[in-house]
Amino acid sequence: MNILRHAVAFMAFLVTSLLSTVSNAALEIEISGGSAQQVPIAIVPFAQTGSLAKISDIVGADLRRSGLFRVLETGGVASRPSDLSQVKYGEWAALQAQALVVGSVEPLPGNRLKVNFKLADVLKQSQLAGLEYNIAPNQLRMTAHKIADVIYQKLTGEAGIFASRIAYINKSKGRYALQVADADGENPQTVVSSSEPIISPAWSPDGSKIAYVSFEKKKPIIFVQSLMTGQRLTLANFKGNNSAPAWSPDGSKLAIVLTHAANSQLYTINADGTGLKQLTKSSAIDTEPTWSPDAKWVYFSSDRGGRPQIYKVSSMGGEAQRVTFEGGYNLSPRFSPDGKSLAMIRNDGGKFRVALQDMASGQVQVLSEGGQDESPSFAPNGRVLLYATRTGGRGALAAVSSDGRVKQRLSESGGDVREPAWGPLLN
Amino acid sequence: MNKGMMNKKLWGSLLLAVMLTACKSTPMVDKPAAVEDKSPSAAATKPADAASAPSADTSGVKEVVIDSNANAGNNPLKDPNNILSKRNIYFDFDSDAVKAEYRPLIEAHAKYLLANSNAKLILQGNTDERGTREYNLSLGQRRSVSVKKSFNLLGVQDKQIETVSFGEEKASPNCVDENCHQANRRVDIAYENE
Repeated sequence: MNILRHAVAFMAFLVTSLLSTVSNAALEIEISGGSAQQVPIAIVPFAQTGSLAKISDIVGADLRRSGLFRVLETGGVASRPSDLSQVKYGEWAALQAQALVVGSVEPLPGNRLKVNFKLADVLKQSQLAGLEYNIAPNQLRMTAHKIADVIYQKLTGEAGIFASRIAYINKSKGRYALQVADADGENPQTVVSSSEPIISPAWSPDGSKIAYVSFEKKKPIIFVQSLMTGQRLTLANFKGNNSAPAWSPDGSKLAIVLTHAANSQLYTINADGTGLKQLTKSSAIDTEPTWSPDAKWVYFSSDRGGRPQIYKVSSMGGEAQRVTFEGGYNLSPRFSPDGKSLAMIRNDGGKFRVALQDMASGQVQVLSEGGQDESPSFAPNGRVLLYATRTGGRGALAAVSSDGRVKQRLSESGGDVREPAWGPLLN
Repeated sequence: MNKGMMNKKLWGSLLLAVMLTACKSTPMVDKPAAVEDKSPSAAATKPADAASAPSADTSGVKEVVIDSNANAGNNPLKDPNNILSKRNIYFDFDSDAVKAEYRPLIEAHAKYLLANSNAKLILQGNTDERGTREYNLSLGQRRSVSVKKSFNLLGVQDKQIETVSFGEEKASPNCVDENCHQANRRVDIAYENE
């Protein structure tokens, strides 16, 4: 266990990919790079009957795409244990496996499934984790992602990101669709579609709702929609523009941008649409709010100093303070989940790129290489940033590790995809 | 296989997936997954967490479809021979100044608004696609406010005008020259309920 942890700790960088390479996926990503030191792991095909997706394949694909694991070919090993009591550790040690995963899927009465898995340290011949899930058949993929997260967490000491979802806007044939997909790009589903633009999707902290801006009534209006029921709440439909929703960390409020009859200014509003309160008062543009993880501050972009820069204001209101000084033009602030760094879009000599500022040192690193990169969004564990880019005249999604060492671009994403937002981990 | 074909295939399957989702007569609401920790260190995790209903685990997503292509009736605002059917005011780069050539257009709409006190105008600011979407929304707003001030000078009250912005959302994409960007920098005039 400790050996594995150390091995991971020494890894030069972390690649975590989001999207699947399966041919029928809506979104695909090319994996480029990976860690030099990958944990060799053997995943025995789960004892499983029927036509359901193979859990062990999904788990293996998640771990492989993380760049931290070498998923071993198990075809040469004669035994097919489904529980640790059946494991002959010598066989797996001979395969050079450091970790071993076994499991099974069994039908239960009432169209339910029992999924069981165990993770073992091959050298110590001991169990590291084991869980049993009682699920509906359509929860099989997400259960596999949860298993991959448990394995990732046990072997790296860091939270996983596989059991999460991403939202994005897909423009196709003149229609705009807000879609959500699993973090591996599978299972894309349309949340709302419209002939008018939709922008700025934002996940509620519990992942049950998405706030977004829809132009369906010839102006930007903010809606909050429940994913389960489709029920829509008109959060803000004031005179002028209503845009840039940002959930407070506890989900009770949103910071929003309203114009009434003048320039964009920041407001807060309760999640039920009550309690509107003005947060900034300037004659400049104040927009793109985002909360600090401790909820004390709202960071935003403003051109009050001439060119747009990042500022912060107390979430209770007050005087704004300038945050960014490097670079002539910074927009779209987004905090890492631990609050230690701030992602933003920097205009770098006419090229709009994702940059990351370390909050302690103030140091800034430009992470992306496109010319029109937008909408940076952190993975729940803060190790990867998803963002929008343009390639071949179309919008596409791309990802970059937060240390900037691994850059990934979606290859065959099809339509025009933009405005990504990475949702929270599903518990 | 060329890229275009590949894309069609991919999106074909995506559309099918969406259609299948849309065809379901009832929203998929899953029973919460019951999780039981069988690991030796299970005591370290809170059992309440493990067993609680993961409310966010919504493998079912209910789709909402909006069709806002409204009715187009017969009225002077739609008559192609009437100046009121002209709806675009273009701007110079990085400018929100309304150029003199648009004065007849603005005067015509102001006259209509003063004669029809129930009519409501929506001024929609637009930008080119350079910059972030939300920031461009705010930049487009500056242009619509600038046009509104021209209407105010002609006696039109704020209650008949709403200034909004589409930002870069209506911009023709992939502009490579200034003429193209220029066409995107404009305020569109729209009337409520048309």
